[in-house]
Amino acid sequence: MLKVGQLHVYYGGIHALKGISFQVREREIVTLIGANGAGKTTTLKAISGLLKGANGSIRYMGKEISSVPAHSIVKQGLSQVPEGRRVFGDMTVAENLALGAYHRRDADAIQTDMEWVYELFPRLLERRQQMAGTLSGGEQQMLAIGRGLMSHPRLLLLDEPSMGLAPLLVKEIFEIVKQINATGVTILLVEQNAHMALSVADTAYVMETGRIVLSGPAKEVAANSEVRAAYLGG
Amino acid sequence: MVELTQEIIQQLVNGISLGSIYALIALGYTMVYGIIKLINFAHGDIYMIGAFTGFFAITILNLPFLPALFVAMVVAALLGVIIERLAYRPLRNSTRIAALITAIGVSFLIQNIALLAWKPDPRAFPDVFPFRSYQVWGIYLDNRQLVILGVALLLMVILHYVVHYTRIGRAMRAVALDDEAARLMGIDVDRVISITFAIGSALAAAAGVLVGIYYNRIDPMMGVMPGLKAFVAAVLGGIGVIPGAMLGGLVMGVAEVMVVAILESTWKDAVAFAILIIILLVKPAGLLGRQTREKV
Repeated sequence: MLKVGQLHVYYGGIHALKGISFQVREREIVTLIGANGAGKTTTLKAISGLLKGANGSIRYMGKEISSVPAHSIVKQGLSQVPEGRRVFGDMTVAENLALGAYHRRDADAIQTDMEWVYELFPRLLERRQQMAGTLSGGEQQMLAIGRGLMSHPRLLLLDEPSMGLAPLLVKEIFEIVKQINATGVTILLVEQNAHMALSVADTAYVMETGRIVLSGPAKEVAANSEVRAAYLGG
Repeated sequence: MVELTQEIIQQLVNGISLGSIYALIALGYTMVYGIIKLINFAHGDIYMIGAFTGFFAITILNLPFLPALFVAMVVAALLGVIIERLAYRPLRNSTRIAALITAIGVSFLIQNIALLAWKPDPRAFPDVFPFRSYQVWGIYLDNRQLVILGVALLLMVILHYVVHYTRIGRAMRAVALDDEAARLMGIDVDRVISITFAIGSALAAAAGVLVGIYYNRIDPMMGVMPGLKAFVAAVLGGIGVIPGAMLGGLVMGVAEVMVVAILESTWKDAVAFAILIIILLVKPAGLLGRQTREKV
């Protein structure tokens, strides 16, 4: 479904991605793990089109998308939930969700998706008229994911959904990620919380300073002794 | 006592008429700033072009007031979009000072083209509404003031509706809040910026035509002072905040009229800058602004 080949990104003098290659198959949960600064977010931004000027190929559904603008990529069913939530703070929960469906015209299907999002996150329903900026961190993460789902994606990119959340909430979010995947949405998950990420993913890639250093089925990667030492606390 | 009250109300009425013109111009400054953090110093000159377009629409095309107003708004909207496309968009990723200096350059360019094309002498704006004055409880109101208030109010109501209850309005607010996140929603940010310039410029053009009607004269340099005052109005209300521009414009208009009534008319331009200095000292975010924003 998604095939990244020999992707290089230079960030003003810094060689942030040094020719990474990986792929995401339909209906999988794929995770990219690695330390801060390994290039995980850069990879997602290059895929979603926020970062231009990357060298290499990004093929989605058989089409090269590396030169397609970000707003058109969303229309093709590839949606990114950005790091740090980035909800529109001065707008209500309902308006944020409506923006997620900005490019769609199918009012009935939008309504159905909205109901589904409220079902996944009942707290958003309670707070739908509240300003997004007044929500707690966990609620904002739910809103960011819900907003991403409102574009009716086939491939959902999640950037650090566990960031800054209490352990219980992290579990809840990952439960929901699994539920979303079960409805047929393919997921590419970037995480620093390697433990949680490896427990839900099918396939995992480990990144270190702009390179993929290890890949394989998530279970095998989780059992790898170097990964255990570096990311899973022994 | 009654006389003093009447006098105050009279000045308020005059001030609000003038202020609603400043408010219309200030809206363009604030909307553009809200979305790309640029003070479009050519905005006052778009207002001037609007006044001239209205003038030609009435005198050459023989159009009545409302169609002439509409033509002026459309022409200014196109001009605003073209300016953004040619002058500001290529500088989107450069320093803000580069864009700011470019805006000043565009302002001079428009002024000088207008001076060449239309000569510096003022022209008499046609008498679309023959002067008629009404008296209510000792307060004078004339038909031109009513037209100004009516048009300004209507445009602001439409703007409020567009910004809050339409798809494009929602997209404009989203881009203003976080343009990268807006892109991820499938919003074409360049298009939203163009539309913002179009709307802001159209409002300025409406103000230009209304001023032509109010003062009966227009000239190529007419945009300079109202442009600066409307900029102060936008800062006063809180730059980037739409209701702030409306409030700031009204406050500026009333303050100017009151200063003329109490002191003398030579002070009328100074008051704008006195307000600017005070607001920057006391509440730099503006009356309705929230967080402290960066310096311009």
